[in-house]
Amino acid sequence: MSTKTKNMLTTLLTLGMTALAFLLCQLAIVNDWSWMTSTLKGQLVNICAWIIMAVSLNLVVGISGELSLGHAGFMSLGAFSAIIVGSWLKRGMGMESGELRFVIAALSAVLVAGIGGFLIGIPVLRLKGDYLAIVTLAFGQIISNVLRLLYVTVDTDTGSLAMALKIGSGTPKLPGKDIIKGAQGASRMPQDATFVIGFILVMLTLLIVLNLNNSRSGRAIRAIRDNRIAAEAMGLRVTKYKLMAFVTGSALAGLAGALYGLNQSSLQATFFEYNKSIEVLVYVVLGGIGNIWGSIISATTLTILPEMLRSFSEYRMLIYAIVLILVMLATNNPVIKGWFRMVSGRISDRRNRKTGKKEARP
Amino acid sequence: MTQSVKRHSETVMVPFPSDAIVPARDLGKRPVLEARHLGIQFGGLKAVDDFNLTVGPTEIAGLIGPNGAGKTTVFNLLTKVYEPTQGTVLLDGHDTKGLDVTHTARLGVARTFQNIRLFDKMTVEENVRIGLHNKIQYGMVSGILRLPGYWKKERQQHERAMELLRIFNMQDQADAVSGSLPYGAQRRLEILRALATEPKLLLLDEPAAGMNPHETEELMDTIIRIRDQFQIAIMLIEHDMRLVMGICEGICVLNFGQIIAKGTAEEIQNNPVVVEAYLGKQKGAGE
Repeated sequence: MSTKTKNMLTTLLTLGMTALAFLLCQLAIVNDWSWMTSTLKGQLVNICAWIIMAVSLNLVVGISGELSLGHAGFMSLGAFSAIIVGSWLKRGMGMESGELRFVIAALSAVLVAGIGGFLIGIPVLRLKGDYLAIVTLAFGQIISNVLRLLYVTVDTDTGSLAMALKIGSGTPKLPGKDIIKGAQGASRMPQDATFVIGFILVMLTLLIVLNLNNSRSGRAIRAIRDNRIAAEAMGLRVTKYKLMAFVTGSALAGLAGALYGLNQSSLQATFFEYNKSIEVLVYVVLGGIGNIWGSIISATTLTILPEMLRSFSEYRMLIYAIVLILVMLATNNPVIKGWFRMVSGRISDRRNRKTGKKEARP
Repeated sequence: MTQSVKRHSETVMVPFPSDAIVPARDLGKRPVLEARHLGIQFGGLKAVDDFNLTVGPTEIAGLIGPNGAGKTTVFNLLTKVYEPTQGTVLLDGHDTKGLDVTHTARLGVARTFQNIRLFDKMTVEENVRIGLHNKIQYGMVSGILRLPGYWKKERQQHERAMELLRIFNMQDQADAVSGSLPYGAQRRLEILRALATEPKLLLLDEPAAGMNPHETEELMDTIIRIRDQFQIAIMLIEHDMRLVMGICEGICVLNFGQIIAKGTAEEIQNNPVVVEAYLGKQKGAGE
């Protein structure tokens, strides 16, 4: 089995398993199975959003190899643009179809977050390692702080939008009804996101990230990660490919933001501060850096876990931490690693071992 | 592979245009590399000074010298890892002044590294495919949407990569992770990756390091075969004198950043200045 067929199999397997999980959840909802509690049902869309966040951050951290700590900032850009566009379409333009509203809102979210990623990526990607991490952290925080000053209203009769940033002490006076009210955040937005939409977006994200990874551009991105000097000597444009990974990652984070934002009844900009970025990074690290599959599972588990532990809330974070440590230990255990490898590709593995023997005696 | 390849014994080196020498067959052609008064200064240290060299389009040139002579620094100047503080580098007639590594590479110069620099988490085939990056192209969107262009170009890349891997008989290891290869195979893969960029000038930094005499012998044949098949110039840094004297047509000796001798293998071997640079001044009976 060649690498190419193996890659394609991994892609199909990942998509297939995700689809299977979705079907299982849908069946559980329809048949009212007992494990599908109302809290879990309420979490489904959020789980999809966090999966998209984890997978897109994995593109930046795992595949491109740049430690970015401002991923939640791009999510908030997406969330707030989707809320503005969605609310405007509903309350200003009187658009009836929730799906159509969502599609337009999500597209604008992707666009805004992508442009944001591009503008921030140009200066930031000149840095390396820790410096890049610190600067992305700062930019994430800047986005969150600017959004805290944002006031947006819509005139429900004429459909015109008004926007202002609060500078100084006075609250800006805008005509019409509030969509976003500064530090109080957004409220009364259309809750257009559904589990089906969330599932489609997860599949879309997986398709984009996996296909990108196994294409000419993805190879270039990985080559630059592995050895920047050699990549330059091969005539690769380092900035272009780093930016490609970063902008794709932030655009997908914007998509996750749209999904999350249009699933809440209210949302504040402070929600997307650096601890959210770190949380997403935890998903990525726990699932394995560069491992898309792992990101999906860890994002799902770690979104559900805190809710399940809510009943003994005092020890919640303690147990959360212990689970994290145990999973890390387990995933680094050679026995368990070997088992995973055996499951993931018995045939290709045996072949590798065979060629490995040949290598020893050239 | 094992069949002996005809080496350069009959080549005649001729002056070009003044103090440079190229093989007679390259005389009428534009040289692939011309370094004129090349130099770089790190603080007060002149690492390379007044380096002049001309390499013909099908020449195999050698750059030798004791440790710390500045050989790798010359490679770094030619590929623009360092911007020279004086002098010019002409690659196939193009001045490389102000160009960065990427753009210099696109002019047709490819290199290997003294300390191997493979993309070590990627497979052998993927490494070669990176070399093909600018030769067989398709866009990011085509890759994500798997448009017809993707399938066509991917197949082309695959076929070309396997073709190249066959040069060193590595086609069976195409799917192995390159970081897991033995040392010699990693060196060979680096050469293939550089070849994939279809260079006009191939720079090899100690290609025989870590190889046993038998492997070195094979490498010598392969280097000549590569030159004949691809019709490119090859310039190499090497400490294995058997390899250098065996295949290099023009040899340039560097010591303390300055050229101390240029010539054919015989000329270099009989040059007292070179012998002194390597062995030190001999006193008394030894002449």
